[in-house]
Amino acid sequence: MAEIISKKSATKEPGRRPPAALDKADTGDQISRRSFFSWLSIGWFAFIAATGGFFTMMLRFFFPNVLFEPVQTFRAGFPDDYTIGEVDLRWKNKYGVWIVRNNEGIYVLSTTCTHLGCTPNWLNSEQKFKCPCHGSGFFKTGINFEGPAPRPLERFKITLADNGQIIVDKTIKFQQEKGQWNDPEAFLNV
Amino acid sequence: MESFKHFIDTISNPTILFTSTLIIFFFIFPINDWFDKWNRRLKLYVLWSSKSMVIASILMAAFFVIGISDPDFRSIVLKPDNVPISGLIFLVYFFTWLSMHQAYENDAKLERGEPIDEQYDAPNDKVLVWPDLVYVEFIALILCSAFLMIWSIGLPAPIEEPANPAESPNPAKAPWYFLGLQEMLVYFDPWMAGVVLPTLIIVGLIAIPYMDNEPAGSGYYSFKNRKMSIALFMFGWLVLWDMLIIVGTFLRGPNWNFFGPFEYWDIHKLEALTNINFSEYIYIKWMNTGLPKSIIFREIWGIIVVLGYFLILPPLLAKTMCKKLFARLGSFKYSFFIMLILIAITLPIKMYLRWMFNLKYIIAIPEYFFNF
Repeated sequence: MAEIISKKSATKEPGRRPPAALDKADTGDQISRRSFFSWLSIGWFAFIAATGGFFTMMLRFFFPNVLFEPVQTFRAGFPDDYTIGEVDLRWKNKYGVWIVRNNEGIYVLSTTCTHLGCTPNWLNSEQKFKCPCHGSGFFKTGINFEGPAPRPLERFKITLADNGQIIVDKTIKFQQEKGQWNDPEAFLNV
Repeated sequence: MESFKHFIDTISNPTILFTSTLIIFFFIFPINDWFDKWNRRLKLYVLWSSKSMVIASILMAAFFVIGISDPDFRSIVLKPDNVPISGLIFLVYFFTWLSMHQAYENDAKLERGEPIDEQYDAPNDKVLVWPDLVYVEFIALILCSAFLMIWSIGLPAPIEEPANPAESPNPAKAPWYFLGLQEMLVYFDPWMAGVVLPTLIIVGLIAIPYMDNEPAGSGYYSFKNRKMSIALFMFGWLVLWDMLIIVGTFLRGPNWNFFGPFEYWDIHKLEALTNINFSEYIYIKWMNTGLPKSIIFREIWGIIVVLGYFLILPPLLAKTMCKKLFARLGSFKYSFFIMLILIAITLPIKMYLRWMFNLKYIIAIPEYFFNF
């Protein structure tokens, strides 16, 4: 084999000498085919183990020991703190909710636009929530009426504590398009 | 002066602006022989002469220079974020002119039987990479770096207050190169405008060499041999991408309302934009019944319209307007091509439906996050 190749290359390029590695192939001080493959497998297993270990550790970072998140359930004062017919902005920055009181009671609206998640502004003179990103508009009830928002703002669970304070639970949300606004916890009768 | 500003504000109304652009566009970039005939009859090809370029550039520059005296125009145009868009208007115009100018020159030369500009004349045209090319590249690199440094010192990026998720700036604008996408998001569900359509734009760009393997007019600037390809591409690039960036930069103000370039950005500008879905049009406005409870019955009309658009139009066009195209591409390539075109055209269709009929979604199934 080696001879043929060297002859061939010799005929093609007369000045070139036969490759050294081909000459030495059977002498034994080179690595054999069998041990090459076992080293190769060991190498690959080591590589996969190292990468796997690395990604396992990466995965661990998704579950931190301590979470610095604002609490999802909070006390929002007494029902009398809220004026009838007004959108209350006091919890917007801290908890991302608007608390609205109408003639019948109180409900809690999420400040996340249902289109792409910007925070709409409450425009008191126009009596609507208006999103600055793509122009979605919502009535005071949270119903979408202009712009691209496909569904109304979400409402959060609102209940009364024993001492008469309002408790807002953001972990439970009510979506109008699913008919959940009729749930007794979506609206606080006052 | 005031009447001129008022005129510009009036034609900046999206319906007027877009309709006039659409009409003028295909006469300037004739998509077929009929438009080409009118292009020749109206002598619109003089737009690509050197004289026209100088005149148009002076007019555009004059518009900006005169407009800057207006405080509202000045505050938009000179905002550091928007300066690149003003530059983009000139650059896009210049390079469009340059390529079309060369294309028309080549077409004329070929008609006269003369050699075209790009004809390779070995060995006289031979240039060495080193030093000829590398030197030019090196000088261009230095000039660009110097220009960027001066620009970034002269017009520093605005540093605003720390980000606050509870307070979105009004208007909240994407980086300028994404303003076209942001404009699309006004008319489509985020899933469509943010994921499906951008993916299809990339797929379509990748597919161009597979769709268009016509050897005629390839390898040099030419327009005559590939009118449809160039007109369609330029439509997507100039109207559906660049123009939306310009609209998003200069014409979108607080609460994402439309404002003319000389109009004061009034945060309380009231626009009646009560949008309704196609199902509400059918059941509430036309049939005077309530919306049906079942999603399928509610959305069946919208689904019929959309399916009709995508399933009936391609064969219909293959039999009528696009007969030659169908014969040339074959059924597989034709279907792929026409689907991409039809999807691209949904954008202007939905824009018009929104502006003229306040139609929000043709199919609206918010229960399952599917809106079209």
